[in-house]
Amino acid sequence: MNDKFLNGNEAVAYGVLLAKPHVVAAYPITPQTKAVEKISQFVQDGDLDCEYMHVESEHSAMACSIGASSVGARTFTATSSQGLLYMLECLPYASGARLPIVMMNANRAIATPWNIYGDQMDIMYALNSGWVQLFVEDAQEALDVTLQAFKLAEHKDVLAPVVVNLDGFVLTHTYEKVSIPASSEVDAFLPPIAKYDHIMSDEHPMSMCISAGNHQNQGFKQLQHEALFNAEGVFETIEREFSTQFGRAYGGAVDSYRMDDAEIAMLTTGSVTGTARVVVDELRREGIKAGLIKLRMVRPFPTKRLLEVVADLKGLVVFDKNVSFGYEGTIFTNVNSALMQSGKMLKVENVIGGLGGRDIPHHEIKSAYMNLIDKKNSKQVRFSDEEVTA
Amino acid sequence: MKNFKMSPKPVLKSLNDYPMGSSMPSFHITEGNAGWRVYRPVINHEKCVSCYRCYYVCPDGAIHKEEDNSFHVDYDFCKGCGVCAHECKLKAIDMVKEA
Ligand code: SF4
Ligand code: SF4
Repeated sequence: MNDKFLNGNEAVAYGVLLAKPHVVAAYPITPQTKAVEKISQFVQDGDLDCEYMHVESEHSAMACSIGASSVGARTFTATSSQGLLYMLECLPYASGARLPIVMMNANRAIATPWNIYGDQMDIMYALNSGWVQLFVEDAQEALDVTLQAFKLAEHKDVLAPVVVNLDGFVLTHTYEKVSIPASSEVDAFLPPIAKYDHIMSDEHPMSMCISAGNHQNQGFKQLQHEALFNAEGVFETIEREFSTQFGRAYGGAVDSYRMDDAEIAMLTTGSVTGTARVVVDELRREGIKAGLIKLRMVRPFPTKRLLEVVADLKGLVVFDKNVSFGYEGTIFTNVNSALMQSGKMLKVENVIGGLGGRDIPHHEIKSAYMNLIDKKNSKQVRFSDEEVTA
Repeated sequence: MKNFKMSPKPVLKSLNDYPMGSSMPSFHITEGNAGWRVYRPVINHEKCVSCYRCYYVCPDGAIHKEEDNSFHVDYDFCKGCGVCAHECKLKAIDMVKEA
């Protein structure tokens, strides 16, 4: 174990180094560039024995990942924003073929207006792609979850690709102290990828991504749906194993902070959680029973765990770094559906902010919490700057 | 030309019968595609070296290898896309206009 001063991109690169993939196929794009640059350096320097494919586009990055994974190679790629959208066509091929590819996505705004900064609009386009969706808050978590992601994707009850989301710049470019696990310990945690029956070899040639007719097609989707649900429980088991071995735990699919006696709470994904944690401490000092829910997994959606955490709440505000134009924040839609299914009538509000890398200041988070009590703004779904001007 | 037909066609009665993922040894779970075809791929067995390339790339799993190592197209399921002919390094597949 040794400590290094790394940004989120580099933390992921160290995770990939330790996971020893056979193939990395990637195309650089801001703000993911540093991650793939670092990995290619590891390969160039002989620290990582892997085939690094510098492809001509993100569409090819995913196509090559599919090819590599279909013959049983541990495979990694990384992308962001328009690059993710360009590879989008290939994502359901990877998940439908049940290929355990791991991808990092640096969450970045979608054009237009064109912008390279962080928000989570990009990955929302991929929510229905059959990929497991994980979100991390800081660089250490980025490294740790990268390791866990390979184990999760390759688990026999899952066999689905996994994307690890890092907020562009705020996380990909911010330097923090990161503890790098010893390679031998990682080997014990993450053994080499297993050989599966649906993986092709010279002895077992296959037709790839075959078509299935009107009647049988749905069956494949049903199986995929089941497998994705399995990912939640498997992820929690893997995280427990990880914490036993490395001493770091993150709370599974839904992490909670000061939720035990909380009456109001905010639900966050990714790096904004850090600011919200500071606000919660402050509200607590003022005698307000505030808590925080950090949603770490968006697909599969951890409905049951979420309902346990919100059981005693009076008010919940969902902070979305994305908007589904003409409706509301996408996480908000998902949270509401989970609450409806349980019949729980909780007052839920939605604040959309941080789009295009716009700063999410402490006072906006605080007024989002306070609105659950003082109701200064009557709009249930609103943008974060309305918190200040309302 | 041998009019090869893959049989028996697999029957998927319950989800347990389904294969994992969508890559599998060539067989047919799709409906017949023959009606889509304008050109049919014809494998020239003199030139073919049984390399599997066409088999891998056929999007419908319509190419099959027989016991004697020869490769055949199931024309009930071949939709005539021409991917196999394009990818064969030995140009052992001709796309012939349907009558
Ligand atoms: S790609 Fe060409 S040479 Fe290879 S098996 Fe097919 S027809 Fe034969
Ligand atoms: S023409 Fe297309 S569908 Fe027909 S055998 Fe060749 S690759 Fe398969």
